[in-house]
Amino acid sequence: MTLLIALTLFVLAVFLGMELISKVPATLHTPLMSGSNAISGITLIGALVSAGTDHSVLTTTLGFVAVTLATINVVGGFLVTNRMLSMFAGRKKNRS
Amino acid sequence: MSRLDIIDLGYLVSAVLFIMGLKGLGRPRTAPRGNLLGAAGMFLAVLVTLLNQDILTYTMLALALAIGTAIGAVLALKVKMTSMPELVALFNGFGGGASVMVAAASFIEAVDLNAHTTQISVAAAVTAFIGAITLTGSMIAFGKLKGSLKWSGFPGLSLLRAASLLVAIPLAVLLVMQPENQGWLWALVAAGFILGVLGTVPIGGADMPVVIALLNALSGVAASTTGFVLDNPLLIIAGSLVGASGLVLTQVMCKAMNRSLLEVLFTAAPTGSSSGDDDYGDGVTATSGEEVAMLLEIAKRVVIVPGYGMAVAQAQHAVRDLMVKLEASGVEVVFGIHPVAGRMPGHMNVLLAEAEIDYELLFDMDQINPTFARTDVTIVIGANDVVNPAARTDPDSTIAGMPILDVDHSRTVVVIKRSLSPGFAGISNPLFVADNALLYFADAREAVLEIVAALHEG
Repeated sequence: MTLLIALTLFVLAVFLGMELISKVPATLHTPLMSGSNAISGITLIGALVSAGTDHSVLTTTLGFVAVTLATINVVGGFLVTNRMLSMFAGRKKNRS
Repeated sequence: MSRLDIIDLGYLVSAVLFIMGLKGLGRPRTAPRGNLLGAAGMFLAVLVTLLNQDILTYTMLALALAIGTAIGAVLALKVKMTSMPELVALFNGFGGGASVMVAAASFIEAVDLNAHTTQISVAAAVTAFIGAITLTGSMIAFGKLKGSLKWSGFPGLSLLRAASLLVAIPLAVLLVMQPENQGWLWALVAAGFILGVLGTVPIGGADMPVVIALLNALSGVAASTTGFVLDNPLLIIAGSLVGASGLVLTQVMCKAMNRSLLEVLFTAAPTGSSSGDDDYGDGVTATSGEEVAMLLEIAKRVVIVPGYGMAVAQAQHAVRDLMVKLEASGVEVVFGIHPVAGRMPGHMNVLLAEAEIDYELLFDMDQINPTFARTDVTIVIGANDVVNPAARTDPDSTIAGMPILDVDHSRTVVVIKRSLSPGFAGISNPLFVADNALLYFADAREAVLEIVAALHEG
């Protein structure tokens, strides 16, 4: 991937991110934050490569810790978001 | 199709799933599915990454993934809804920290193999700095939200903070010019750590939602710049999506406070010098649970305005009891929620959802404000600055121009508050001495339970 293509992806994704999130109701601010936070744990896939390549003790250790932290971020983030959102959904059913 | 093609194709599908997931998270109806789509995208991304031929040892990976999954799951399933702001801050910090380590490891490896380019060096420098800010900034925010960290700075803090920001530029230049010298990398990380601490320490109270949203955005930016280090399109796309959406949310929070992001970060919140009781003299009318219950019995429409005080007192379940009781006697009950009520964006909504209160009864500021004029009783529970009419009427007030909930337009306002102490802005609140205002001095939960008990008796 050339730098120009990488920058193109970056700029387009920034605009897309801003479009996707405009006018989100306040009720969803917290789940949106914790859900998008889990997505930013995508750094996990970089961590997997660093931890798995056996380059040096230093890089493998950094990778190992990074995999652990990023996995906490990803798994915890999606689970807690799901928990919050099911509170919204569960209540609807009770009422009707 | 080669292995690399499969990986890249998998990443493309993941990116699409992330985009659909984020879009879904923006609407109540589609939000649960959006979250699942995001999780599916992440699962797929991890799966195809494991096909990477550079990965030689899977045992360590399995171990790290297992530890992370266990800790993440326990934290997510055990956390109380009142502690949600802390948990979000913690996860944020972990994401930022992971990005720093990945960028550092890949950069060091590239230099060792003599495969480094200017792009890798620049991106590693940026990631090291931003990721480090996210890590320590989130940890400080975590401590402050938990209430265990009271530290709010020291003289000369702003000078040191500016220094740690400015020193990053020459350090980054040095790193790019002498990539073989790892010292520059770690110095940049250290500068980021210091800036993260010093940038978050002075911030408190109503500025907290802005900082939480901003740290969320930064964790996305760090993931995105890590993508430039690794030359990985999925990291770039997913990271910038989160970075951009986080910045939009930050902007929403800033607007709700009528302050710019720079003001929140670099100037201490303007604080007045209200001392509390002395400002009000004899103008305050105190009330009791029974009196409020009598008012509610003849009311047709009641608006409840919750604030941080409701979270502190864990009063959300008591509030639900009150709502159920009133609805049973035919009173219309709705909730009016200020965007920065609480300590993170959407804090009040989550607490009320936990107490099983329908989100369709929760109204944003713009929706609820025109309805106060036809409201019989408004109950303000543990909120202060966001209902202070001085923002509207007094151009010299430190919160002048901040959009507020116009609770003073309703027939009667009951303010449940432990004392007359000022809110975060440190100014007196003319609402408390208004003719239509009654002050109920008590803990939020006890007060609401008192009112419910009185309603049952009456």
